[in-house]
Amino acid sequence: MFRILRKRRLAEGTHDFWVEAPEVAQHARPGQFLVVRIHEQGERIPLTIADAQDGKVRIVVKAVGKTTYELCSLKEGDELADVVGPLGHPSEIDRFGHVLLVGGGVGIAAIYPIARELKRAGNRVTVILGGRTADQVIMRDEFDFADRVLITTDDGSLGMKGVVTDAMKVVLDSDEVDIAWAIGPTIMMKFCALLARERDLKIWTSLNPIMVDGTGMCGACRVSVNGKIRFACVDGPEFDGRFVDWDELLKRLTIYREEEKKALERYLEKVGEPTWL
Amino acid sequence: MAVNIPDKKTPMKEQLPQERIRNFNEVALGYSEEEAVEEAKRCLQCKVPLCVRGCPVNIDIPGFIRQVRERNFEKAAEVIKSYNNLPAICGRVCPQENQCEAQCVVGKMKNHEPVAIGRLERFVADWEAEHIGLKLPEIPPRRSEKVAVIGAGPGGITCAADLAKLGYKVVMFEAFHKPGGVLIYGIPEFRLPKAIVEREMAYIRALGVEVRTNVIVGKTVSVREILDEFDAVYIGIGAGAPKFMGIPGTNLIGVFSASEILTRVNLMRAYAFPNYDTPVKKGDNVIVVGAGNVAMDAARTALRLGAKSVTVVYRRSEQEMPARLEEYHHALEEGIKFHWLTQPVRYLGDENGRLTAVECIKMQLGEPDESGRRRPIPVEGSNFIIEADMVIEAIGQGPQKILLQDFPELKLNKWGYIEVDPETYATSVPGVYAGGDIVTGAATVIEAMGAGKVAARSIHQYLSSKVASEKS
Repeated sequence: MFRILRKRRLAEGTHDFWVEAPEVAQHARPGQFLVVRIHEQGERIPLTIADAQDGKVRIVVKAVGKTTYELCSLKEGDELADVVGPLGHPSEIDRFGHVLLVGGGVGIAAIYPIARELKRAGNRVTVILGGRTADQVIMRDEFDFADRVLITTDDGSLGMKGVVTDAMKVVLDSDEVDIAWAIGPTIMMKFCALLARERDLKIWTSLNPIMVDGTGMCGACRVSVNGKIRFACVDGPEFDGRFVDWDELLKRLTIYREEEKKALERYLEKVGEPTWL
Repeated sequence: MAVNIPDKKTPMKEQLPQERIRNFNEVALGYSEEEAVEEAKRCLQCKVPLCVRGCPVNIDIPGFIRQVRERNFEKAAEVIKSYNNLPAICGRVCPQENQCEAQCVVGKMKNHEPVAIGRLERFVADWEAEHIGLKLPEIPPRRSEKVAVIGAGPGGITCAADLAKLGYKVVMFEAFHKPGGVLIYGIPEFRLPKAIVEREMAYIRALGVEVRTNVIVGKTVSVREILDEFDAVYIGIGAGAPKFMGIPGTNLIGVFSASEILTRVNLMRAYAFPNYDTPVKKGDNVIVVGAGNVAMDAARTALRLGAKSVTVVYRRSEQEMPARLEEYHHALEEGIKFHWLTQPVRYLGDENGRLTAVECIKMQLGEPDESGRRRPIPVEGSNFIIEADMVIEAIGQGPQKILLQDFPELKLNKWGYIEVDPETYATSVPGVYAGGDIVTGAATVIEAMGAGKVAARSIHQYLSSKVASEKS
């Protein structure tokens, strides 16, 4: 069992956990993910590792479906049935020069360890954090190590009014960027990747297709990259976004939409108003 | 030669096809004591039993059958357990028709079926579980050496159990949240109830084997850490990476690997969605590609999930089909259709990326290929369309790379499987042994168990001689 040692709410529907998992924590590197199962009847869901230290791993969870709603209802001291990882290849960390990292919504938690590691490796680090509203721009006080932080919100309640690609253009128009990362909702990563392709910029994106085992044994997470079938769990999760077939991925994410809806409705019927979110 | 041996096996009760196609309960229901004794009487008790030679773990088959005949069921179980740690499983999923039963002298008599060795093994194991419960053999004093077994599938379990019985401290590492390997994630409930696997696992744990789930060797712990901590290692990680034909449309919604469907249904119990959280797609018109045991399992699973029609397409003919005959017959009884000499060439979808049909081509058989089977050749211009909203590819699995990537010293063969000494199952790295599908490519449960057994013996020899040389 894997105990929740710390938990706090970062924004409505987005919660930050530190979970006891010594072996995973010891081996985890930026860019990798976990597969978590809450309880015996639970499904296995992939979650990016936001940090790891002293036998604990950090995950930031946004409530979008039954399992993530339920996960967010857990408290400090509660235990998760299964945590397995660290899965996937770690991010490519090197001294590139000037790196640009774009995080959208809960994706901000995913770029955080990568940005920090790139800074440690001697890069100049520019970060763009985006959210629908100011309070959705989570963890923004944790990026104080970055050389430059730009914030965008859809409603203009904080930073630039607009989306992350607007801020990307600002950076790319005024500065040389050697390599970029973009992690967030698939649609956001798609548009970041399209822009990067226009500008001939390598851009790592962390793909989030549907997974079961996370170890290359089911093929549910297959994506097309450069016309080839790849398994995001073992070949990724990061791929150069310029070569990802984004429209296919967006469609494949809808496979279980009906079932997901049904499961969440049934859960909410059982538990009532999810006031904890 | 003895006369008056009934020519047919004592039949085993089964759920009727029209009932079982809508549930996941076990199809075959097992023998009663009377039926088992009656069947045991068909055994000739050969002085030189050929059946034993056909068994990858060399169970004393006439020995246990004699005990059944005399109604000493407990003794029969002891006989089997001294060779085989997982009899309830083997009795259900071994391809006996190619192994022990293929060698049975009764089966060689004119118009006679062989003795139903598999059914008897299953009966004995189930009888023991029901009447005796967990019974442990005597275990010698604990030795100081520690052995790591990587992969808690049938081979690893066998190896771990045999080493534990010799007094070694054994730690088994399993990537999934439940041990059992293919017995848990691959073989469906209706062929092998998971409660039986859990029962056998309780026996393995009671022998003193420590099972660490959620550990992916190569990720959660490194190969280096394992080599440093343990005196010997057995690798039985199976061949779990699903292959896809890679034809156009493979990533359409509705195209799945058999591994995905089976893992969802078996390991995650998606058939009980939404009581279990993992969903699985229910197709109306399902095409299964391939005709091995995994394909039969996938086809019968799709049917039980509620498909209106399930069709198996196979590029060779009925004769070359690799599935067990019994599974094929069960599939036929349940109404699964078969299109022989048929190969999909393209998946067709709608604007939402959902599968609508499969374009196939007819095949004909040419000269035998390296597998000895006649090579299928496309018949030009014979393309045709089958409507389908779900395709399950069951065309085989390859080696899973996570551990191998973390272990570059380990010598692999040209297919990417681990190279071993065929006698000892020793790999190129001293103290490291391997067996099962990660050595042979996808094969059977009992073959993996046979390898685990031999490897346990080799590991015992290796550790004994190491201890002896350290003392001298």
